[in-house]
Formats: sequence, C-alpha cells, structure tokens
Amino acid sequence: MNIYLDIFSTFAKIGAFTIGGGYAMLPLIKSEVVNKKKWLDEKEFLDVLAISQSAPGVFVINMSVFIGLRVKGKGGSVIAALGSALPSFVAILLIAMFFDSFKDNEVVQSVFKGIRPAVVALIAVPLIGMSKGMNLNRYTSLIPVITLLLIVAFRISPIYILIAGALLGIFYHYLIKR
Amino acid sequence: MIYIQLFITFFKIGLFTFGGGYAMISLIQNEVVVKHQWVDASSFTDMIAISQMTPGPIGINSATYVGYSVTGNAFGSAIATFAVSLPSFIIIFLIAFLYTQFKKNKWFDAALSGIKPVVLGLIGAAATLLVTEENFIDWTSWLIFGAAFAITQWGKVNPIYIIILAGLAGYLIY
Repeated sequence: MNIYLDIFSTFAKIGAFTIGGGYAMLPLIKSEVVNKKKWLDEKEFLDVLAISQSAPGVFVINMSVFIGLRVKGKGGSVIAALGSALPSFVAILLIAMFFDSFKDNEVVQSVFKGIRPAVVALIAVPLIGMSKGMNLNRYTSLIPVITLLLIVAFRISPIYILIAGALLGIFYHYLIKR
Repeated sequence: MIYIQLFITFFKIGLFTFGGGYAMISLIQNEVVVKHQWVDASSFTDMIAISQMTPGPIGINSATYVGYSVTGNAFGSAIATFAVSLPSFIIIFLIAFLYTQFKKNKWFDAALSGIKPVVLGLIGAAATLLVTEENFIDWTSWLIFGAAFAITQWGKVNPIYIIILAGLAGYLIY
C-alpha cells in the first residue's frame, strides 16, 4: 500500500474509534503504531509520548505529527494529523449543523438539563488525582488556588498565568534552589 | 474579519494548552465565552458533553463546533480546526530538529514545573465557571453533580456512560 495512504488510514482509525478525549486514544495508537505497523519501537514510542505530553497543543495532534514525521517526513506528519482530526471534524460538523434544529425539542432540553451538571463533575474529578500526583507542598499548593481566583474573580486570561507559572518555575530552579 | 479572529483565537488556544483536554477547557472558555462571547455558558457545557460522546479530542471537537456556530458554515470549522492544530506542527518540528538538546533541557523542565500547578488551577477554574444558573437550575442538578462526581471518582466508570446516565436522569426528572 502507498505509505501516505497507510499513514492516513491508520490515524483515521485512531481518530474514529476513540471516544472521550486524547488519553483514551493511547492504547489504540500504541497497538497500531508499535505492534501492527512497527513504525516505532517501544522506547521510541515512550519518547514520542513524553514529548507530546509536555509540548503545548492538542495531545493527539502532537502524537500524530511526531509519528508521521518519523515515518515519512513533513508530508507524513501532515497526513497523520489530517487523518486523526478528520473523523471528529466530520462528526462534530454534522452535529453542529443539525443540533440547532433539535435543540429546542422538549426531550432534548430535559436530557441536557440532566447532562450539564454531570459535565461539570467530569471536569472536576481529575483534580483529585492530579493534585495527589503533583506532591504539592504548603507553598506550591497556593499556585492552583491563586490561579483559580485570578481567573474566576478577576477574569485574568489563563495565558498570562501560564507564562507567569513558567517564569516562576525557572526563577525558582535557577535562583532560589541554587 | 471573523475568520481571522477565529484563526488567531484558536491558534492561541493550541499554543498555550499544556496538560491535555481538560486544561484546554479553561483557555477555550476564556476566549470563546468570556472574551468574544461567541457561545454562552450553557451551550459551552453542551458542547463539552457532545465532545465527550463523539470521537476525537476536545481541542479538535470544540474548534470544529465553535467555528461552525460563529460563522454558520463548514469553512469556519476548518479554519478553527486548522488553527488549533498548527502550533503542534511548529513545535513538534522544532523539537524533532533539536531532539537531543530538548530531551534534557533543564530550562524547559524548570518552566514545566511551574506550569503544572497552574494547570490544576485552570481545570478548577473551568469547573467553577460552569457553575451557573443555567447549568444548575435546582437542587436536583446538585444531586446529579454529586452522583456523577462520586461514580466517576470511585467507580472508575467511562465518562460516556456518566453522560448517558445523566441524560436519562434529566429526561425522567424534567
């Protein structure tokens, strides 16, 4: 099979069959890319994973771009990203086109009244696991609290707070810890 | 022009997203709901629910959705989706080029150590900002919130089932 077609169909499959966010895609990406296609070995996969996690951007797109680049250069990376984004693009576009027409339907209305508070809970749940995993101390645990206050009460853009956090990290490691 | 605004907004969102989809919610919310007011808080919540039930990452899903609802056509979706993905290309190409230096770059690690606790606050803020009168209409809303929280936290249930169950509860209650 043509390599570009192969890359495209592999990533389209990954994009189409993983529901519920980026990390849910991980097992499928691994089985396709490492076990089936043998584009990367275990160690390379872990490297690509670590870098995709720490780099900014949509995690799955980072993975696709990186793996595509390894397999077939810049063209491969474009094809891989296109493949993994296309299924959700088409699905959401169809929903967006038709959602307006049945949004005012009474059944849909009451279903979404039930769903909305659950979505808020789904967003809040990872906070517990993440805060445990970070080993925050008395001082560093103030950072998430201050961030929350700045955004909610003062409507500061998260972008500025992220930049401040990065600078604080550099400042701490190079000036105070030394 | 709306297409340029969409492009800049989603490029920014892609560029500043650290730590996955949930961290991204706060950025998207700030740009799309608070700043540009392209979508209101309850439609934004619906969009997240839809993106949890459809294939693909939240970043791509929300770009496609917002792009369509702002412009009313598929071209708007394409622009926003392209813009949110573009930073990945720039940054991953750069990293692949400087691979060995990047792998043990102390400056980057130091910056990341400051970003991580901020991400925690971002997710907390995203959840807090969604506690609105439209999303929590009465005490049963809080009951659904509590149940969904408990089941996800201790039951390790897939979010899709939580949304389906909550939708069913909504249908029966309201």
